[in-house]
Amino acid sequence: MNTRVSITNPYNGPLEGDNAFAQITHNVSRIMEAPRPPLAWYIAFAFALGLLGVFGLSLGIVVWEGIGAWGHVHPVAWGFPIVNFVFWVGIGHAGTLISAILFLLRQNWRTAINRFAEAMTIFAVVCAAVFPGVHIGRPWLPYWMFPIPNQMGMWPQFRSPLEWDVFAVGTYATVSVLFWYMGMIPDFATFRDRSTSTVRRFVYGLVAMGWRGSSRQWHRYERAYLLLASLATPLVLSVHSVVSFDFATSQLPGWHTTIFPPYFVAGAIFGGFAMVVVLAVPAREFFGLKKIITLKHLELMAKVILATGMIVGYAYAMEMFVAWYSGSIYEQFAFLNRAFGNYAWSYWTMIFCNVLAPQVFWFKKLRTNVWVILIVGIIVNVGMWFERFVIICTSLTRDFLPANWGAFIPSAVDYATLAGSFGLFFTLFLLFCRYLPMVAMAEVKAFIPESHVHDH
Amino acid sequence: MSDSEKPLATETPLYGLIAEYDNPTALVHAARKVRDAGFRRWDTYTPFPIHGIEKDMGIRMTRLPWLVLGFALTGMAVATYFQYWTNSVDYRWIISGKPFWSWPANVPIIFEMTILFSAFAAIGGMLFLNNLPLPAHPLDLKERFRRVTDDKFFLVIEASDPKFDERDTRGLLAATNPVVLDDVLEDRVTSDRIPAPLIYTLVILGAVSLIPFAFIAKARAAKTTEGRVHVVWDMDFTPAYKAQEGNPLFGDQRSMRTPPEGTVALGQLHDDEHLYTGKVGDEWASSFPESLALSEATMERGKQQFGIYCTPCHGQLGDGNGIVHQRASKLKQGWVPPSDLHQTYIKEQPAGQIFGAITNGVRNMPAYGPQISAEDRWAIVLYLRALQKSQSASVNDLTDAERAQLQ
Repeated sequence: MNTRVSITNPYNGPLEGDNAFAQITHNVSRIMEAPRPPLAWYIAFAFALGLLGVFGLSLGIVVWEGIGAWGHVHPVAWGFPIVNFVFWVGIGHAGTLISAILFLLRQNWRTAINRFAEAMTIFAVVCAAVFPGVHIGRPWLPYWMFPIPNQMGMWPQFRSPLEWDVFAVGTYATVSVLFWYMGMIPDFATFRDRSTSTVRRFVYGLVAMGWRGSSRQWHRYERAYLLLASLATPLVLSVHSVVSFDFATSQLPGWHTTIFPPYFVAGAIFGGFAMVVVLAVPAREFFGLKKIITLKHLELMAKVILATGMIVGYAYAMEMFVAWYSGSIYEQFAFLNRAFGNYAWSYWTMIFCNVLAPQVFWFKKLRTNVWVILIVGIIVNVGMWFERFVIICTSLTRDFLPANWGAFIPSAVDYATLAGSFGLFFTLFLLFCRYLPMVAMAEVKAFIPESHVHDH
Repeated sequence: MSDSEKPLATETPLYGLIAEYDNPTALVHAARKVRDAGFRRWDTYTPFPIHGIEKDMGIRMTRLPWLVLGFALTGMAVATYFQYWTNSVDYRWIISGKPFWSWPANVPIIFEMTILFSAFAAIGGMLFLNNLPLPAHPLDLKERFRRVTDDKFFLVIEASDPKFDERDTRGLLAATNPVVLDDVLEDRVTSDRIPAPLIYTLVILGAVSLIPFAFIAKARAAKTTEGRVHVVWDMDFTPAYKAQEGNPLFGDQRSMRTPPEGTVALGQLHDDEHLYTGKVGDEWASSFPESLALSEATMERGKQQFGIYCTPCHGQLGDGNGIVHQRASKLKQGWVPPSDLHQTYIKEQPAGQIFGAITNGVRNMPAYGPQISAEDRWAIVLYLRALQKSQSASVNDLTDAERAQLQ
């Protein structure tokens, strides 16, 4: 064992408990129970809070000055905010995928990672929701998007993809929070029952709602979990499809594409899993969770990244093919322009990050190396951000009429809001790591060999 | 009942018996025995769901899925009707010429609302059927029971079960080899009242949350002579420039910008001189432009356009006796009469010159170029040529058959 790590890290001691169940409980609960988190947590938290301040400041500028403070110019009215929105919503897909789809597919390895993937989902959706909320231009009037009776006697236009977005993302955020919270109820009860302080016992007791592990309750709980998983599965597929409709139902070359819904969903899973590994690698290192989130888990996630990366690569190739096959000169120009035009550098960055970089996961030696996994995870996230940048900026700056062409140059506020949104994300995530059950203890216990009932 | 009125508990009644096991197998075997003994008010408590224990305990399938289905259908119906009512009855949106109710575009929101209602039903129904939240329970008084959320397994038979007999039941549980077998007493310690600070906090928060609504209600009911409050000044009073205003932002001070150099608006190229000006070189064109089809359809179009734009002054016959002329003449206020289009000098004008007159106007006749498209102006000229011919035709212009018909 690395002695340097064990000095700064209170979680590297031996596991207490005389059986496997108690060891899992101890392994996860001690993160919350430790008097103070490891030094790395403080450093990361200070950094995240700083970025959060940048976020608040840059959004303050945008609200005060108007959205012209962002680098919006005439043909590119969507710019960074919508790139960031689609990026964050995409990140938010892996959590529900791991919780719901892998649950329905009986992939029991998901139990080690589902809780913080779900948390990541919720925090990513929070980050995503900020952008359209401010980008509407009058951030004090977002309730106009909701069907609330008003003095103007007007109702929202329910046949608009942008209104579908409000309902899809809103439903997704709500269902994700419900799913996440319900999953944590038994673990909150564990925290409550281990608490030594009155405040902790009261707070965790309140959110545990009096869970005592009754089998009659477990029965309904598991049924509800199955139902939520079955509901969340079509939901998660619908959300990024609806987001893609914002583009696909328009007539702009490069957006007006029927491949968008499946391509966006695959990209979302791809980017989301990449974010999960980026978070999982340091989390298991600093909080001593290597026995629960094993190298095997990371390897399986690397395989998912490889597979979805191939789907995304196929979509890029198919877009090119369809543009050629369509015979439409505007489509053909749009895609040639992507690869060789004004933003060609962003296109090739995207191809490198999303198609080429994940190919290293074909080799077992590389996909079981945490450093390789971490670096590829970061590269893929960069690539997925660029994918949305490419879609929005290349198409908007070069539409049908050359007289309507333009160039998009992001402003300093653009970069600040993008960086700042990571501050919001990491602040929430670090607080989650410290105060909430980072691993679904009850679910992990249910799948270890000791949990099996032996009949004679 | 206040604490002082509580009867002195000489003996706290028994809630039930609790047996502790340290592995799921032992628990399941015990559960089967209790089930077979016919108990109804009993339960097992475990740190994680033990799969298949429903059968060992005789738990019947929950009604939760039916509840969720009911809510799913409700969500679907509500979303469908709400969208129908708002967008095609109460506030009709005209979208791309579609019918007010074109349901395929409403499906995404119907789908999302179906999921949303179902999800609320799944978690809400689970909590409701499980009788949660449940703040206090007699088992909470057992120190050992806290391990139930960690690594221990418990079986509890309640004293209220009709089959419960303290001695026999204890014997039944003892035979299952529990680690610990113990009594659970009713909870006479925990107060069942909500703590006072919590009530005060909730009441104060509730009252404070009503304040904004009170202001809104007051504003709706009261009358005021002051204008509305402008929270966001530059949104209410737009700083946008009007077309003819001076604008210091640009070097030439003009608000209305000219198109970028080298660009032409759609349909404004006008590279066919003959078609758009009526001239060939410096001379009026004597023929019709090549792109104009000299057909029956063009003639009909010309007749229609002539009827709309020319007849008010020039009259149906083109003789200058239109309804505007008739009325203006009666007013005797110095009216320049419209030309009789059958005058020789007009008949002898080249087609291009007549086109030019329509386009640019003559004397007090205004220019019709901005109102009538070039093609339609040529169609009017074509019709006028036919009209002129009709008013000065001789018998010799007719064909033999037509002449025969006349006679």
